[in-house]
Amino acid sequence: MEDFIYFFTFQDPSIAWVVLGITLLGIGSAYVGTFSFLDKKALLGDAISHAVLPGICLGFMLAGEKNPVYIVTGAFLSGALATFMSSWLKRNTKLSEDTIIATILSVFFGFGIVLLTALQKSGNPEIAGLNSFIFGNAIGISESDLMLYGGLSILIILVLTVMLKEFRLMVFDPEYGKAIGFPMKTISFLFNVLMILAVVIGIQAIGVVLMAALLITPGAAARFWTDRLNPLLILAAFFSVLSGILGTYVSFVLPQMPTGPWVVVFLSLFALISFLISPKSGMLFRYFARKKYLRKTHRDHLMKALYKAREEGKRGLTIEEIYQLYPYQKSEIDQSILDLIKSDFISKNQSFIILSEQGISDAMRIVRLHRLWELYLNESMNIAPDHVHDSAEQLEHLLTPELEALLEKRLNYPTLDPHQETIPREKS
Amino acid sequence: MTFDSNAFLIIFTGSLIAISCGFLGVFMMLRKMSMTGDAISHAVLPGIVIGFFVSGSQRSLEVIIGAGLLGILATLMIDWLRKKARVQLDASIGITFTLLFAIGIILINLLAYKVDLDQECVLYGEIAYLPIDSWITKSGLNLGPRITWLAALNFMFVVGFIYLLYKELILTSFDESFSSVMGIPAKGINLALMSIVSYTTVSSFESVGAILVVALLVVPPATSFLWTKSLMPLLKLTAVLGILIALLGYYLAYWFDSSIAGMMVTVAGIFFGISVLIQGKRPFWAKGTSTVNQPFGI
Repeated sequence: MEDFIYFFTFQDPSIAWVVLGITLLGIGSAYVGTFSFLDKKALLGDAISHAVLPGICLGFMLAGEKNPVYIVTGAFLSGALATFMSSWLKRNTKLSEDTIIATILSVFFGFGIVLLTALQKSGNPEIAGLNSFIFGNAIGISESDLMLYGGLSILIILVLTVMLKEFRLMVFDPEYGKAIGFPMKTISFLFNVLMILAVVIGIQAIGVVLMAALLITPGAAARFWTDRLNPLLILAAFFSVLSGILGTYVSFVLPQMPTGPWVVVFLSLFALISFLISPKSGMLFRYFARKKYLRKTHRDHLMKALYKAREEGKRGLTIEEIYQLYPYQKSEIDQSILDLIKSDFISKNQSFIILSEQGISDAMRIVRLHRLWELYLNESMNIAPDHVHDSAEQLEHLLTPELEALLEKRLNYPTLDPHQETIPREKS
Repeated sequence: MTFDSNAFLIIFTGSLIAISCGFLGVFMMLRKMSMTGDAISHAVLPGIVIGFFVSGSQRSLEVIIGAGLLGILATLMIDWLRKKARVQLDASIGITFTLLFAIGIILINLLAYKVDLDQECVLYGEIAYLPIDSWITKSGLNLGPRITWLAALNFMFVVGFIYLLYKELILTSFDESFSSVMGIPAKGINLALMSIVSYTTVSSFESVGAILVVALLVVPPATSFLWTKSLMPLLKLTAVLGILIALLGYYLAYWFDSSIAGMMVTVAGIFFGISVLIQGKRPFWAKGTSTVNQPFGI
């Protein structure tokens, strides 16, 4: 607890610096990552983050020490080369995109390992710092590093905010953008530059292997909560910053823990929670919505059966007869009966079930929709009468009153369906 | 150059691993699942750590079982995210492998005092120590390097798998709907392929590391695909490339005094680059005037 207070009151200026750094970095990479996620290029970020390793090593070799300017420049150049090569290969070979990305990723990283091993064998004492690029170490970032990385993050955030409209066009409709005179090629070039920059500064904190998570996961998680771009970006940045700070906190409390993996674990946790519980597109919501819909279809089927029995002159049906009509659905039928009694659509006398006044009019509506749709398919779509039943079986639960009115008008208030059955209407 | 038995062993083992990975990689590539292979090779890490922790040894059956299970779990998780949670494919791959790899690194650090497992070793592997690590039976008989035996066993598994399921693999790779109509369990075949990829990843791990496994799964098939489109030549060319990569990789690493695994990847990359330059579509200024191959379409 003392650690907690010590950390989150930022008494220690170095902690404040690190948290500021990770916040800027998280916002920058979440912004860029969300755009690349929407552009369906999420894994390009993974390729870039692996591909910067040779650049880092070369920068180190040239500078002879861990000089952030040399390293960032080297990393940027090799990331740029990887991006350029992947789009060149895509245009000039028949290889599929994922093969190209996996190829670039592993070849660049392998070459980076060659350089790294060579450096390690050279016996330079500064080399220990290079390993932190592979797994990331936010706590180890010095203040002067932070000026460079924080400044670059602010640059990324600013450019993305100012040119939001252009990047939105690039992601959603580049053809339209081209048609109204935007230089789309320059815009996507600029975007690639920003993405490489975000990766280059991100690997400081989170490491080469896991950088992909910082780009992909916030956007993917935020996508479940909103369909609009601006809230999406803000939410993604929020997830990213929160996990960044939590991850830094863990590696502050347990110094042997690297930061990167914990940031990723927190991010994935947010993502999984979003996948489960978000309204509209979350799994739980969709599960319950589907259950509700299934219950409605079972109710509708029961009402239809009762209405057809009335057409044949019976007053109602016994439960046994209904069980026989829909075999293997005993529990669903029992559920539907309970539901319908509750809403006063049917009444049950021992095991004999009859429709109430209200029930008759609702059942009539379902049967009417079914037969209207059959007739529509038969007349307007030229589908044979013996092929129209299955489609009507689905649409009867979905057609709205507006569509019903439209169908009635289009078919000129018909009396018979393709199977020569009456289309029932309320007597006015 | 005199015959060096250590060099021969390393190159032999490297070739075995390269060919096994390449064969599987061809099918992964045809199914557009190259990145899934990448994801699996990252995702087996927690399985290895847990297996190591349970058994206390890096060469135990538990490690292989743990990693195999994690590989299958990764495949299932990607599938689950894509179909059930409706996340787009590239993002589900990215989320899955980063999460599992992060958990693996955390486990290594958590159990650091109990598990003598170097995270760098997992990433890069060390094929150079292979000749020292011999498999000695209880009676004291030296049967040669253990990793070579593992690689050979794995090679036989992969070849056997492809030989037995050749027809099914082709059908499910090229036309999944048709194969379902024929009554082939496409999902089962897919899961079997993923399991054997995980197994290959694990058994190659100690010697070549995670990165080289990915490279060997992807780069040789991609290179061969630039030269041929039919399956049999594709497999043969991949095998030849695997041997060349192991051979040149070893000697270049020896020459530069660097990581053998990294050098093998670099050689694979060079082969790929040359093939692209020769086989890629020419830029417009290098095409010259076009010639008609078959005048009048005869």
